[in-house]
Amino acid sequence: MRSDRAPLGLKVAATCGLAFMHLPILLIFVYAFTTEDKSYQWPPPGVTLKWFAVTWGRTDVWEALGLSLQVASISTVIALVLGTLCAAAVSRTRFFGRETISLLVILPIALPGIITGISLRSAFNLADIPFSFWTIVLGHATFCVVVVYNNAVARFRRVSGNLIEASMDLGANSFQTFRYVILPNIATALLAGGMLAFALSFDEVIVTTFTAGQQQTLPIWMLEELVRPRERPVTNVVAMVVVLVTFLPILGAYYLTRGTETVAGQGK
Amino acid sequence: MPSAIRFSGVSRHYGNVKAVDGVDMDIAEGEFFAMLGPSGSGKTTSLRLIAGFEQPTAGDIHIFGHVAQGLPPYKRNVNTVFQDYALFPHLNVRDNVAYGLMVAGQAKAERYRSAERALDMVALGGYGDRKPSALSGGQRQRVALARALVNEPKALLLDEPLGALDLKLREQMQEELKSLQRSLGITFIFVTHDQGEALSMADRVAVFNEGRIVQTGTPEDIYYRPEVPFVADFVGSSNVLPPEIMRDIRGVDAYGALRPEAVRRCDAGHDAWVRNVSFLGASTRVSMQVHGVAMTMLLPRGAEIPAVGSTIQVCWQQDDLHVMSR
Repeated sequence: MRSDRAPLGLKVAATCGLAFMHLPILLIFVYAFTTEDKSYQWPPPGVTLKWFAVTWGRTDVWEALGLSLQVASISTVIALVLGTLCAAAVSRTRFFGRETISLLVILPIALPGIITGISLRSAFNLADIPFSFWTIVLGHATFCVVVVYNNAVARFRRVSGNLIEASMDLGANSFQTFRYVILPNIATALLAGGMLAFALSFDEVIVTTFTAGQQQTLPIWMLEELVRPRERPVTNVVAMVVVLVTFLPILGAYYLTRGTETVAGQGK
Repeated sequence: MPSAIRFSGVSRHYGNVKAVDGVDMDIAEGEFFAMLGPSGSGKTTSLRLIAGFEQPTAGDIHIFGHVAQGLPPYKRNVNTVFQDYALFPHLNVRDNVAYGLMVAGQAKAERYRSAERALDMVALGGYGDRKPSALSGGQRQRVALARALVNEPKALLLDEPLGALDLKLREQMQEELKSLQRSLGITFIFVTHDQGEALSMADRVAVFNEGRIVQTGTPEDIYYRPEVPFVADFVGSSNVLPPEIMRDIRGVDAYGALRPEAVRRCDAGHDAWVRNVSFLGASTRVSMQVHGVAMTMLLPRGAEIPAVGSTIQVCWQQDDLHVMSR
């Protein structure tokens, strides 16, 4: 019951909606090339590539970028291990409190980041843990686990329990069964979950604000830069990089899970 | 003959549910053994106890003379053909069949040669590169068979192996399984709820009901000499006569079993009120009420068909009325 053409009004509304969401991003890209560095003046008085060179030479940008990449990588690895194990436990076995555990794992992503941030901060304070690289990683892992868990649990449900029994029956021990049967069947789900987790961690601001000490991740660095009216377009250059670094994994995750019922972030 | 699988008082309880309850059985080496019963009767759980997917809550299981309880599935020299075949979807047919040899550490060339031989044996030579999803149900069944047999198990366990196939394929596979078992000479143990399948394929049949074995015997024993009313009723739907009737007509205080094909029409016998008549092709089934008990009679082709609602006379040979021992 589908008509071939959408009515004009709907087309206009859809175009406006998409433009409203995406034009500001384009604007950021444009200002990365402006010659004027104090205020954002429209139209840009001139076009230059010099800010790329300036950004390249700024050590604070490199430090922030390096920190963000490290935090995102380690949080993702932690999330992959814990998320997969948790998904396996919840989908393979029945035990008392199984539903509760499922809910508790998903909760951090449903909670506002500020709640997660405040509670982690007070917990770290209480336990007398100094704020460091590792407290940021822990903070990020709380919501990265959810993404991996959701992807993995949906896939686990589709891997028939009989496959595992068949593997054991044919002489494979638990490790071999995981390596040759389970892993190949959940690999794309894990890859997709891992990429999403990485992207989430890479641009996280709120939880990071509460769990970081003196360190600046890239998003935090950008926030700080906004209040300083010096070499503003550097921020725009960095923003372009962030968009690329987070967009590519999300696109990748989308293509990997396309055509399966596994929806990234499903059950949120 | 030496014993292949021996159950001594084996039970598998889940809380209050007695899936398997005090089962004794002794399966001989080289035997084609069927475990027959309705769903939930414990036959599949018994098979899983042999395979090692379940552990008994009581009793002892011996597999080729060795105590089996506590051993994981991968340390038992038995292999299973699963009901849904459980082929690995990410591997092609050759790698599926070679899986057991691969995890055992056999070199690639060698295990692929064995896999091809096994595929030839089930008439699937040349299918090695296909994915299981590209095969028909019957072909998947054969791959599952080859994948189990390539490991040269001492006993092959089959869980409702023919359940998913259509009638014609099922009959063909019955014959193939039987001849495969004869040529390999290994023990086949298979689970089925289809009494025709059990009777036509097995050397011996164990009939399960509510977690217990109610009778073990040859197909002829099970069919002609049921020991309990359940077997008479479940295997080929014999007429079961309760002790009250048996006292009157035979003078014994026991249940009786009467095959529907042993009942025939006669001039002076028992009064039978005809309730229903169904045409089955080669024969006609007549449902009737005799001495207040529901009975069926199979009339051969060409016999006179009684009208529904009429009262006729039926007889049977004294020998055909089997007196059950329990």
